[in-house]
Amino acid sequence: MADFPAPERTPLTEPYWAALQEGRLTFQRCQQCRHAWLPPRGECPECLEADWAWEQASGAGRLVSWVIYHRAFHDWFRDLVPYNVAIVELEEGPRLISSVLPPGPARIDQKLALEIGAVAGMNVPRFRCIAE
Amino acid sequence: MVIAGIGQTEYGRHPGRDTLSLNVEACRKALSDAGIAKCAVDGLLVKVPTSRYEAMYGQKLAEAMRLQPRVGGVWDQGGAAPISMISFACMAIEAGQCEVAIVALADNPKTGTRQAYEKGWGDDAVHGWFGVAAGYGMILQRHMQAYGTRPEQLGAIAIACRNNGARNPHAQLRKPLTMDDYMASPMIVEPLRRDDICLVSDGASAVVVMREDRARQLGVATPVPILGYGQAHTSWDVALRPDLTSTAARQSAKTAFAMAGLAPADIDVAQIYDCYTVAVLMTLEDYGFCAKGQSGRFVEAGGIELGGTLPINTSGGLLSETGLPGLQMVIEGVRQMRGSSCNQVADARRCLVSNQGGMMTTHATMILGR
Repeated sequence: MADFPAPERTPLTEPYWAALQEGRLTFQRCQQCRHAWLPPRGECPECLEADWAWEQASGAGRLVSWVIYHRAFHDWFRDLVPYNVAIVELEEGPRLISSVLPPGPARIDQKLALEIGAVAGMNVPRFRCIAE
Repeated sequence: MVIAGIGQTEYGRHPGRDTLSLNVEACRKALSDAGIAKCAVDGLLVKVPTSRYEAMYGQKLAEAMRLQPRVGGVWDQGGAAPISMISFACMAIEAGQCEVAIVALADNPKTGTRQAYEKGWGDDAVHGWFGVAAGYGMILQRHMQAYGTRPEQLGAIAIACRNNGARNPHAQLRKPLTMDDYMASPMIVEPLRRDDICLVSDGASAVVVMREDRARQLGVATPVPILGYGQAHTSWDVALRPDLTSTAARQSAKTAFAMAGLAPADIDVAQIYDCYTVAVLMTLEDYGFCAKGQSGRFVEAGGIELGGTLPINTSGGLLSETGLPGLQMVIEGVRQMRGSSCNQVADARRCLVSNQGGMMTTHATMILGR
């Protein structure tokens, strides 16, 4: 089987993955203009300043959209098809690529709750649909 | 400003040929079609090949043609590059920086490497997020949920393009498609089926751009006027885009229509970039051919078929003629304005051409006349 496509951990992204390992999903917030974002960047994409801090997400989010892979584009995922990949918007604003736990996604704008879990020995953010 | 000449290789498989060779063949044919000599060319703009990036590629192509252009280089805007390059060629000519420009592209993912089209998206690959198709799937899922768009409506687009391509002797895929075929086509990245997804092609296309008076002077037989052009860039990854079902196509078309002094109702035929069927839906709406959310009904009612109010992709589009990134659609627009298309729209006087790249990340629009 092919190797798991592990993230490239850099000084910029290391705190994000380390926090997940401790069970926390974090995002960056600009200390100048308060804009919040993911994925990690060195400068605020709104005001362009490099004055930011990591902040813990509440875990509440909504489902922007999703797809279901019926074909694996990478060998490691070959036995997992069909699997879903989702775009999630956190209540604090940042968006991320993630997935929705069984029974899976049903409709756009569905409310979601974070549930961090391990894939190939490393924690990743996943979400569960919650009743409204 | 006019398109004075068009040239293309056969589309499909060109094993063992590199993109420089394919580009030179298309450029040679475009010059021959324009009826001008190579020595008249002093501008050379080329799209960077997607499959295999090479530094100084524009200079390498100039060298392969023994040209020393005054204006030249490589443009990287995915499938929106061809129309943008023609626009920049027009602006360079108007600014007196060059007089006759060739715009070209070549790629060979069919027999070369396809890796560029199936790569993982950085750290998000941990979720199994791979490939370009998935981004379009995200847009389509949202469109289906928000507006009730149905698979049969996407099928209508695939069928229209494939049926047009079946009558094009130079199309890579000449097999017509039925709705049953479409619905039976396997899901790749749901909601996208195989038949929603463009072909993978080796090949090249090229056009020659110059002023109308220069074309007369050089004795160009069938110059086709460029009435307007525009471009726009969302430049945000699909996951970060605030509104998935609205794209840069809107601003791009607005600029092109304003330059031409025309509106969607003035367009007789269109070549709409169909890398995925959903891209056609989005473009029809953002261009103003139908209201947001109404494109599914428009295509289902036959609006895009030959004989409809806006026949599209008359040479087969990316779903049938070739999956190359977009210059072939400008070439088909030129053929429509010359009256020489394999699916000629009677009395067509205005052809709109759309180009777009990434996951609807960047867009370009052109309007051709007679």
